[in-house]
Amino acid sequence: MKQLVVLSGKGGTGKTTVTASLAQLLKPVVLADCDVEAPNLHLLLSPQTDDSFPLKVSRKARIDPDLCTACGACAESCRFGAITTGDPYRVDAFRCEGCGVCGFVCPEEAVDFFETDGAQVYRGMTPYGPMVGAELAVGEEASGKVVTRVRMEAQLTAHEAGLPLVIVDGSPGTGCPVIASLSGADLTLIITEPSLSGLHDLERILQVAEHFGIPTIAGINKCDIVPELADRIRKRCGELGIEVAAEIPFSGEVVEALRGRRPPVGNVPPEVEEPLRRLALVIEERTAVATG
Amino acid sequence: MVIAVAAGKGGTGKTLVAVNLALALHRAGLETALTDADVEEPNGHLFVKPAISEREDVTISIPRIDEELCDRCGECSSFCAYGALATTPARVLLFDELCHGCGGCTMICPLKAISEEERVIGTIERGRTPEGMGFTHGVLEIGEPKASPIIAAMKERLDPGVVNVVDCGPGTGCAAMTTVQGSDVCLMVTEPTPFGLHDLLMAVKMAEELGVPSLVVANKDIPGDTEVKRFCAEHGLEIALSIPFSMETARLTSSGINLVDTGEEWQRTFYSLYERITPMVGRGSV
Repeated sequence: MKQLVVLSGKGGTGKTTVTASLAQLLKPVVLADCDVEAPNLHLLLSPQTDDSFPLKVSRKARIDPDLCTACGACAESCRFGAITTGDPYRVDAFRCEGCGVCGFVCPEEAVDFFETDGAQVYRGMTPYGPMVGAELAVGEEASGKVVTRVRMEAQLTAHEAGLPLVIVDGSPGTGCPVIASLSGADLTLIITEPSLSGLHDLERILQVAEHFGIPTIAGINKCDIVPELADRIRKRCGELGIEVAAEIPFSGEVVEALRGRRPPVGNVPPEVEEPLRRLALVIEERTAVATG
Repeated sequence: MVIAVAAGKGGTGKTLVAVNLALALHRAGLETALTDADVEEPNGHLFVKPAISEREDVTISIPRIDEELCDRCGECSSFCAYGALATTPARVLLFDELCHGCGGCTMICPLKAISEEERVIGTIERGRTPEGMGFTHGVLEIGEPKASPIIAAMKERLDPGVVNVVDCGPGTGCAAMTTVQGSDVCLMVTEPTPFGLHDLLMAVKMAEELGVPSLVVANKDIPGDTEVKRFCAEHGLEIALSIPFSMETARLTSSGINLVDTGEEWQRTFYSLYERITPMVGRGSV
C-alpha cells in the first residue's frame, strides 16, 4: 500500500478539488482528509458515515480554588503565560499546553489535569472508496496528533480492504499538521497556482518536502491566470528536477461544480479533465500500484 | 486598535483584505501598521514591499542533558507530556521537534543533569514600506511545527497607539486563535462556495468563543442569493464589504498589484470598511 500526500503550501489553490478528482480517476482508493482545521473533502465526496469515535487530543490544567493559596508558583513557572493570577487563579485553556509544570510546582496539590475530547474521527464510504476524516473542535491545537490518527486509520482501512493507495488531502502551510501529514509518505503532489503568493509558498513547501526526503511532483492549477508566473513555476520546478505533471486551466465551470457540490470529473470541461487524467496516470506510474 | 483578518480557509483573500485595508488607512493619514501573522505562509510583504530594518529570532528553550551526571533514571522522559524525551539504557534521547520548551524536565531531574539551550524556531522581521507604513511579519523556520510562540511574540510587540491590521493564518487552530484573541474586531473573509461557507462557520464559532465581535467580507462575490448571504442573514452577521468576482481582480492580485493602487474608488471602499469597524471597538466581552 502506497501513500500519496497532496499539499499546496498556500490555501485555496485547489488541493481538495484535485484530491476529489484523483479519487474519481484512481478508484477504489482510501481517502484521508488531513486538512483537519478546514476539512472540505467531504463536501465533494459526501461520505456515508459508518462509525466515529472521539479522540482525546489535549491535556489541560485546572486549578481547584478551594486548595489554591495564591502563592504564585504556578504562574511563575508557566512558560506559556496560561495562568491568570487573581481571585481565583484561572487557567487560560487556549494557552495551556498541558505540560504539567504547574502541577509539579504547586505546594498545595491544587492543580489537576483533564483530557479534552478535541476531535471526532470518522470513517465513511464514498463512491470512490472508504474515507477517514476528523472534526476538530474550535480552538483545538493538537492537530498534528489528529492528523497522525486519521492517517493511521486510513492505512488500517487500506490493509483491511486490500486497497493499494491512500490519498491524503493535507493542510495548507508548513507547520505541525503538514509535517504530520507528510512523514512516511511515498509521494507528494504539490498543487500550486501562478500568483506571487503561490510562488512564494511553493518555495517553502518544496523545502519542507525536501527536508523530509519525499519524492515530489507538482501540478499548476489555474495555470492561465498569469502566464509569466506559470513560466516561473515551470522553470523553478525544472531547476529542482520536479516534474510538473499537470497544468489545469482556470474554468468557471469548476467553481460552478463546487458550488453545486458535484465532484469534478464528469462535471468540468475537457480541457480541465484531460490534465487531471494525465496526472492520475503519472501518479499510478510513480506509486506503481495497480488500481481498478 | 487591533483588527484581525481571519478566514477558516486559505485562499479566500485574507491577505488581499488586510493589505488593502492597511494601505487605505495609511493613505488616509491614520497611523497604521500591517502585521502578517500567517507565519507558515507569510505573503503580505509581496504586496507592500517593506524595507526590513530589524530582525529578531524567536526561540524556545530545549533541554541539554549532561551525560556525565545523568544516571538514566527516566524521570524526565516520564514527565514529558509531548514524548520529546526517551530514556534508553545508554542515554536519554531528545526529539527536539517535539519539545514545547516547558522546562519541566529541567525542573524534575533529581541529579540536576539538565540545562537548557535556546533553539531558534522562527524570525520576526520589522520595517516600513516605501510610503512609510509600519510592517511586521513572522517567518516559521522550515520543518518547524510550532507557529504559536512566534505569533505570541509578535502580538506582544503591537503598538496599541496605532491601527494594527493583523493578517491571521488560515484555519481555527491554535495559530489563528492566538492571533484573534484580544483583538478589537475580527474581519471574516469568505467566498461563495460550500468550502467558504463551511469554514466561515468554524471561524465565526472561534471568534464567538474568544468574545471578539465579527464582520464578514464576501470576496469573489457573485450577484444574487448565495448560501453565504443566507447564512449571514440568519446569524445576524453583517456583510460589511462585498468584493465582486472578476478575472481582472484575480490577475491583478496574483501579480502583486493592490486594488487601492488601481483607483480612488477602492481607496474609498476600504476606508468605508474601517468606518463600519470603529463603532464595534470596545464591544467585545474580553
